[in-house]
Amino acid sequence: MKRLLLFFMATVLCVFTSYLPGVAAKSSPSTGDGLHEITLTVPSELSERSYLGLPSSGVFKVHEIEAEIVIIEIFSMYCPHCQREAPRVNRLYREIEGNPLLRGRIKLIGIGVGNSSYEVGIFKKKYDIPFPLFPDKDFSIHEILKEVRTPYFMGITIDNDGTCPVFYSKPGGIGDTDQFLQTIVRLSGLSRDK
Amino acid sequence: MKKYLFLVFFSGLVVPLFLYTGAYGLSDVFQKNIYNPGKLKPTDSHLKVATGDRAPDFTLPAISGEEISLSRYSGEKNVVISFVPAAWTPVCSDQWPGYNLVKDIFDENDSILLGITVDSIPTLFSWTNQMGTLWFPVLSDFWPHGKVAQSFGVLRTDGTAERAIFIIDKGGIIRYIDVHDINRRPSLESIVRELEKLGR
Repeated sequence: MKRLLLFFMATVLCVFTSYLPGVAAKSSPSTGDGLHEITLTVPSELSERSYLGLPSSGVFKVHEIEAEIVIIEIFSMYCPHCQREAPRVNRLYREIEGNPLLRGRIKLIGIGVGNSSYEVGIFKKKYDIPFPLFPDKDFSIHEILKEVRTPYFMGITIDNDGTCPVFYSKPGGIGDTDQFLQTIVRLSGLSRDK
Repeated sequence: MKKYLFLVFFSGLVVPLFLYTGAYGLSDVFQKNIYNPGKLKPTDSHLKVATGDRAPDFTLPAISGEEISLSRYSGEKNVVISFVPAAWTPVCSDQWPGYNLVKDIFDENDSILLGITVDSIPTLFSWTNQMGTLWFPVLSDFWPHGKVAQSFGVLRTDGTAERAIFIIDKGGIIRYIDVHDINRRPSLESIVRELEKLGR
């Protein structure tokens, strides 16, 4: 009976501690899972709205982006690794836009965790970032994405039914942009025909 | 049975403690070298200065090897002092790298930034090396321990400093104080806004 009681107490303790804020273990977003719903504000810049194929104002969800694949960079302007990575990610954008087979099918967005619009704007200006960046000042999106370290890259496909399966999910930089892009194309199963 | 009990304890209590990375958007550059003290008491000190006061002068060693005094900027530059609690901790590690992007804003407003912690020079050297090349001086208030933080009233009872911003004008007068919740990063906008006020 004493053993049973001890076992019960241990189980209760373990369940309790795993729910304590700041103690619960977080796992990264997994490939194969659907992307949790993330709501973003439609960019005020016409060129960015047009790139994403969005209406003129309001909010949108990732599956509403006009693309077959979306690469999401989770970054922070305060993160030295993200700062070093910025030119490489710009190069990735240019490679996609410069490839007639990929242009319009793969879109790139960044989410600045813990960053205000002002801070995201500083990062965008400093590194002359050509793709849309969105603030996540209160870390609410960061929490949905399991509080990943920055930078973090996710690849999702936008399916016809509006779901967004994650096919790539990794912390750290993208490395060689050619290889990264090949990996994205291969893992997503993107057809070679437009 | 005892073995099983240990396993349940280990997986439920100990493992989550090691896996937790924290909701700080921590940079991957620091890998697993950041010590997470958990959520701390937001502030834990009593200010000894107020806006309108003359800032207490100080001289501290910088990681560059120089000795830097506050008074050297008198009549020439506004000074933003950024006290952060400790090297190799969350939030602090993702604060100064952001300031590193806005040298132009400081320049436009005739201002300099001084980063201060109570850590030793070797510790600050190793820590800030992970951030890239910082354009502003990083000063050590290690010995006598926290003397400068104490003179401003931002030394916490555990010997670390508060996460605090002081903006001092060219005349040496304190124009802005933000002793921030230690668990959160102060907004860059508020610093820039205050600098722009001084520039007018």
